[in-house]
Amino acid sequence: MNAAAIAVDALRVRRGGKPVLPGVSLEVRRGVVTGLLGPSGSGKTTLMRAIVGVQIVEAGTVNVLGLPAGAPELRRRVGYVTQAPSVYGDLTVRENLRYFARILDVPTAQIEHTIAVVDLERQADQVVHTLSGGERSRVSLATALLGEPDLLVLDEPTVGLDPVLRRDLWATFHRLAAEGATLLVSSHVMDEAARCDELLLMRDGRIVAAAPPAAILEQTGAGDLESAFLALAEAH
Amino acid sequence: MTPRITLATAARVLLQLRRDRRTLWLVFVVPPVLLALFRYVFDGQDAVFDRIGGPLVGLFPFISMFLVTSIAMLRERTTGTLERLMSLPLAKADLLAGYALAFGLVAALQATITSTVAFGLLGLDSAGPVWLVIGLAVANALLGMALGLFLSAFATTEFQAVQFMPAIVIPQILLGGLLTPREQMAEPLQWLSDVLPLTYAYEALAHATQDGSLDADLAVNVAVVAAYVLVALALGAATLRRRTA
Repeated sequence: MNAAAIAVDALRVRRGGKPVLPGVSLEVRRGVVTGLLGPSGSGKTTLMRAIVGVQIVEAGTVNVLGLPAGAPELRRRVGYVTQAPSVYGDLTVRENLRYFARILDVPTAQIEHTIAVVDLERQADQVVHTLSGGERSRVSLATALLGEPDLLVLDEPTVGLDPVLRRDLWATFHRLAAEGATLLVSSHVMDEAARCDELLLMRDGRIVAAAPPAAILEQTGAGDLESAFLALAEAH
Repeated sequence: MTPRITLATAARVLLQLRRDRRTLWLVFVVPPVLLALFRYVFDGQDAVFDRIGGPLVGLFPFISMFLVTSIAMLRERTTGTLERLMSLPLAKADLLAGYALAFGLVAALQATITSTVAFGLLGLDSAGPVWLVIGLAVANALLGMALGLFLSAFATTEFQAVQFMPAIVIPQILLGGLLTPREQMAEPLQWLSDVLPLTYAYEALAHATQDGSLDADLAVNVAVVAAYVLVALALGAATLRRRTA
C-alpha cells in the first residue's frame, strides 16, 4: 500500500485553453497538515479539484488513498471545501447539515458536534444567506467535516475569519491530523504556512518547494517564509 | 440509488420551497385566478371555456414546474452545491427522483386547488373524472420538470433560464391544438406538432375532459408523455457531470 495519501504524477490540466498545470508531480504524507501555498492564479484550486476528482485532466495520474482520484469509493472518504461556500442559502445551518448527514448516513449527534467544531451554535437555526461571509464558509467547512473523512481538501478555508477563530480552526485541523486524517489546506497568506507540518509552495502551476517549514527556512537561509518564497520564486 | 438519499433530497427541495412563501403563493393562486379570468373573458361562450378550461388545469403545472426546476437546477450549478453533491455518495438518479418526488407533490396540490376552483366554483364541466385530470396534471408537471432540468444546463444566468420558458412552452401551446385544432394547420406545422410532447399532453387532457372514457386513445397519449419524460430525464442526467473543465 502506498504510504502517501496523495500521489500526483506528471499531471497536466488545461482550463479555458490555457495550461494551468503543465506537468506537476507531488506527494502528500498521511496524517499531517500539508499547506498548499502560492499566489492567486498559481493553480492551487485546479490541483485541488484534480485531487478531489472533479477536474477533467489532460494527462498524468492522481492517486488518492491508494485509488485513482474520483473513484466512487472515495466519495465517502474525501471531504472537499471549495473557496466559495457551496451550501443552500435558503436553508438554516442545521437543515443544511441534516441533508448532507443523511446523504453520508452519519448519526444525528454528529450534526451537533460539527456545529460546535465550527463555532456556529448560536447561528444553528439561522438561514444561511443571512449569515456573514465567514460564517457561511464555516457552514461549508462543517458539511465537509460531517463524515469524518480520511482526507480533507480545504481551499482557503480561513479567509476573512476572526484571528481567534482562525487559531481555533488550525487547532482543529491538527487534532484531526493527530486522529489520523490527512489535510491539504490551501492559502495565499504566508503567515498560515508556519502552522503547517509540510509545505508545498506553488508558482505558475509548478511546485517550487516541498518540505516542512523549518527545512524551507534552512534551505533558503531566509528569516521568514515570505522571504523564503521570494527567494525560491526568483531561483526558478 | 438509495431511498434514504432520494427521500432526503425530496424533503430538502420541499423545505427550500416552503421557505419561499411568495413562490408558493404564486404557484397555488395564479392558476385558479387565471382560469377565473378565462371564464369571464369567455362569458356567455360556455363551449369555449369548457373546451379550453379543462386542458388548462392540467397545463399550468407544466409551466410552473418547468420554471421552478430550471431556476432551482441553475442555482445548484452556479452555487457549487451540484458539484458538492456530485462529489458525495449520491447517485444522479437520487437527485432526479428527489426533485421529481418533491415537484410531483407540489403539482398534485396545485392541480387539486385549480380543479376545485374550476369544477366547483367556475362551473367547468368535465366528461371524465376529476382525479384523471389531476393525474394528467402531475404527469405534465414531471414533463415540465424534466425539460427544465435538461435546459438549465444551457443557461448560465437566471435571465436566460427565464427566457427559455416562452421559447420552449409557447410554441408547444400554439402547435398543440389548444387554440386551433391541429387538422386545420398547414402540413409542416402538423409535422412539427407531431414531435412536440405537449401535443400529446393536450390530447390526453382534451380526451379526459371531453370524452372521459378510459380507452386506448388516452393510454397511447399518456404513454407518449411518459416516454418524453424519461427521455428528458435521461438527457438531464447526462448534463449532471461529476467532472468538469
